[in-house]
Amino acid sequence: MTTTSADPVTFEDALERYDPVMGMEVHVELNTASKMFCGCSTVFGADPNTQVCPVCLGLPGALPVVNARAIESAIKIGLALNCSIAPWCRFARKNYFYPDMPKNFQTSQYDEPIAYSGWTEIEVDGVSYRIEIERAHMEEDTGKSLHVGGATGRIHGASHSLVDYNRAGIPLIEIVTKPIEGTGAKSPEVARAYVAHLRELVLGLGVSDVRMEQGSMRCDVNLSLRPIGVTTLGTRSETKNVNSLRSVERAVRHEIGRHAAVLDGGNRIVQETRHWHEDTGVTTAGREKSDAEDYRYFPEPDLVPVAPSREWVEALRAQLPEPPSLHRARLQADWAFSDLEMRDVAGAGAMNLVAETVAAGAAPQAAKKWWLSELARYANEHDIAIDDVPMSPEQVAQVQGLLDAGRINDKLARQVFDGVLAGEGTPEEVVARRGLEVVSDDSALGDAVDRAIEANPDVAAKIAAGKHAAAGALIGAVMKEMRGRADAGRVRELILARLG
Amino acid sequence: MTDLTRLTAAALADAFAAREVSAVEATQAHLDRIAAVDSDVHAFLHVDVDGALATARAVDDARAGGTAVHPLAGVPIAVKDLLATNGLPTTCGSKILQGWIPPYDATVVARLKVAGLPILGKTNMDEFAMGSSTEHSAYGPTRNPWDLGRIPGGSGGGSAAAVAAYETPLAVGTDTGGSIRQPGAVTGTVGVKPTYGGVSRYGLVALASSLDQAGPVTRTVLDAALLHQLIGGHDPLDSTSIDSPVPAVVEATRRADVSGMRIGVIAELGGEGYQPGVRARFDDVVALLSKAGADVVEVSCPSFDYALAAYYLILPSEASSNLAKFDAMRYGLRVAPDGVEVPSAEEVMSASRAAGFGDEVKRRIILGTYALSSGYYDAYYGSAQKVRTLIARDFDAAFEEVDVLVSPTAPTTAFRFGDKLDDPLAMYLNDIATIPANLAGVPGLSVPSGLADEDGLPVGVQLLAPALAEDRLYNVAAAIEAMLAEQWGGPLLAQAPELEVRT
Ligand SMILES: [Zn+2]
Repeated sequence: MTTTSADPVTFEDALERYDPVMGMEVHVELNTASKMFCGCSTVFGADPNTQVCPVCLGLPGALPVVNARAIESAIKIGLALNCSIAPWCRFARKNYFYPDMPKNFQTSQYDEPIAYSGWTEIEVDGVSYRIEIERAHMEEDTGKSLHVGGATGRIHGASHSLVDYNRAGIPLIEIVTKPIEGTGAKSPEVARAYVAHLRELVLGLGVSDVRMEQGSMRCDVNLSLRPIGVTTLGTRSETKNVNSLRSVERAVRHEIGRHAAVLDGGNRIVQETRHWHEDTGVTTAGREKSDAEDYRYFPEPDLVPVAPSREWVEALRAQLPEPPSLHRARLQADWAFSDLEMRDVAGAGAMNLVAETVAAGAAPQAAKKWWLSELARYANEHDIAIDDVPMSPEQVAQVQGLLDAGRINDKLARQVFDGVLAGEGTPEEVVARRGLEVVSDDSALGDAVDRAIEANPDVAAKIAAGKHAAAGALIGAVMKEMRGRADAGRVRELILARLG
Repeated sequence: MTDLTRLTAAALADAFAAREVSAVEATQAHLDRIAAVDSDVHAFLHVDVDGALATARAVDDARAGGTAVHPLAGVPIAVKDLLATNGLPTTCGSKILQGWIPPYDATVVARLKVAGLPILGKTNMDEFAMGSSTEHSAYGPTRNPWDLGRIPGGSGGGSAAAVAAYETPLAVGTDTGGSIRQPGAVTGTVGVKPTYGGVSRYGLVALASSLDQAGPVTRTVLDAALLHQLIGGHDPLDSTSIDSPVPAVVEATRRADVSGMRIGVIAELGGEGYQPGVRARFDDVVALLSKAGADVVEVSCPSFDYALAAYYLILPSEASSNLAKFDAMRYGLRVAPDGVEVPSAEEVMSASRAAGFGDEVKRRIILGTYALSSGYYDAYYGSAQKVRTLIARDFDAAFEEVDVLVSPTAPTTAFRFGDKLDDPLAMYLNDIATIPANLAGVPGLSVPSGLADEDGLPVGVQLLAPALAEDRLYNVAAAIEAMLAEQWGGPLLAQAPELEVRT
């Protein structure tokens, strides 16, 4: 193979000679209660093959019926991406054999997508990029194969495979961009920002959970390089299933280097799908793709055309939430955040979480602080999306409320977070169980103050001599004894009362 | 006592209502008849003695208890093996579905069950409804009760032969290009292909989704209307089902009056290639209609000449995709490939499909796969769809001039086994007159028109009407039936030879 022999090329090197062009294909699993073409439940995580029926199992004779709610969701996504909505469009059959596809064809839109020719705008380091949307179309998901007996979980080396059809027929929207050009060294960040933006947008529409780690948002990254100054597109690779924001960025970066190495070696890029390896941060060759790959598409004769009325589309447009850019501007004004602060919040994917925390009563700065510190760290350590941190915005606001009321201090607050994140209960429960409440009761504090004075006669003498700044050392000693629970202000007063 | 198997469904219904006959008696009589003649006819692939009798008993109990039941409750019926029946084998005449027992009912079957019609069993057919003779059934052919050396038509030869042999008064067939009407013609029975979308396709194992329709197979026009009324109507489980009431077919049948109707003889169907006896009986019927006060004119539908070619592109294309699901992964036949120790899923799929499908099925899958492939799609599937539009326009234009179109149903009478088996094109030509209706989605009906002089075998006349105008078909068919019965002194089937009864 030509791709392995080349010497590695650094990202920076590659960009001196080549101009990257990207194309993003993002699959969004809709959160409709039932599947695309039958009444089966779509709840994630059920026992295998318990959410199936003759239709989604493709039993002989069964027929599909389109889920109207899925069409509504598709139109909303299309409108939010500034697309035109087709007044009349059809489903097609994409024919190929695969064990996790019950009918051996996928019912998908082909040349008549429900939404097309849109655009959206993202921002990276203060620079705006307009991303052109080619289309957003509806399709059904396949089942899921589980390969048993091999070392890797891949089919190679497995002794047998199991198929779970619970996912078969779940409605998907595939959003395809036009080639994204001119992003140069910012390409990896632009790719990431686009996916993050799409996530936020879809979340705002309420049509999907967009949980990348659960596969309800899946990303394929197309990438090609061309020598700087050339206008024709190079041969692209398609890296499949890049399933976290960080991976999107890393995958683009990796592919740029890999392509450059191949091209520098005088070789040609093979048009193929590539597998992304999260652990090693590299891609490996998958299926070779040729333009002759033939899915024998034809209009699905079991379904009637989808023809959303103008009135319906306009009614949905009227219900669209504020676009993220406007929404963000309004939040920034409300919160009095700087551009940099806003960028930090957006970069952490915490915009909605901060907003909800503020709505639950916390001050904006406080809400931002917790999400970008304790909670972002937890998400990182556990390798989960920040939305999946097991603590709600309401709970964060409750912790801040305890702080504001003086019942805990900053240090204790961190312990409350630990407790809530460890599943010990609500902030109140954690405070009670761990005994974290600040002690301001004079009798308890007085004894500790006395002991501190006794143990540190030199310091006490300095304070008595009027050097009040030395009180800090005694406060520290009291804090240590009371494991951080002492009310520092009150302790200071007691010390000064005794020595002053 | 009268032989209950000779009664029509309408007569049985009357006898039940008058408490002269019980549903169990009627059902048992038909089960006995099946036991007596079906070893020769082979109309059934599966007989459900217990299920049919249980339904009959329940109906008798309900009637005895004064519960209101459907007028046809207790009238036995047979169902083509292409329709899914919960708990009863459904093979589609194919080895690949041997042993498959569906966990659900087709909508048509569900409606029969709700109405209390005892289902006698599943009838034989060409594999996946591909054929015009039942010779392509993986389980052996059905024989024509008029001459056991001849084909009963196809693909629904089993349903037509069962009705003609008095094994059942009613049967459900399916018609993709003539599979109800052509067997009706060659067995001297009545067959109706309703308007596309008039009868639910849910649970009908698809051959060509845009062409398939289920419909009645009976001995009389009235029985067909009664069954049509029962199985027709909107079904939310079928997106292509039409949301409008079933045309008033029973009322139209009772009217049986063609005076003042405009009837068009299709110039393109009935000339060259049609057997003399077929043409003669067709001319008789046209003369009768004129005599009865109909205004008969000739109309031209020039695009019909391309119907067969278009059909044999659209059908295999859709079939190649519809039949992809038979891959041995979830149900049906599973065959391990020879000489492979640990076969892959793909190898098992390939070996199972190679072993499970017959030659005609493979031929059409290959044709369809080719017609849909990129680079050929426009020339084949695309062009065929254009022809389809032209055919629909021909119908529209014709129905501007006339109320009903007529033609012979099939170009020949029943041929001998093996005559056309090695010549697919000759076999395909059997459906030349019936295919246009499927392509345009309009309803068609075949009613017996007599016996051909040269071989003494049944001939049928086909009536065609605009979409959802089935009432016109039933009206004209009932009139033809009545006039001919008067001429013959009884129904055509009375002239069929008696089958040998084996015990
Ligand atoms: Zn389902």
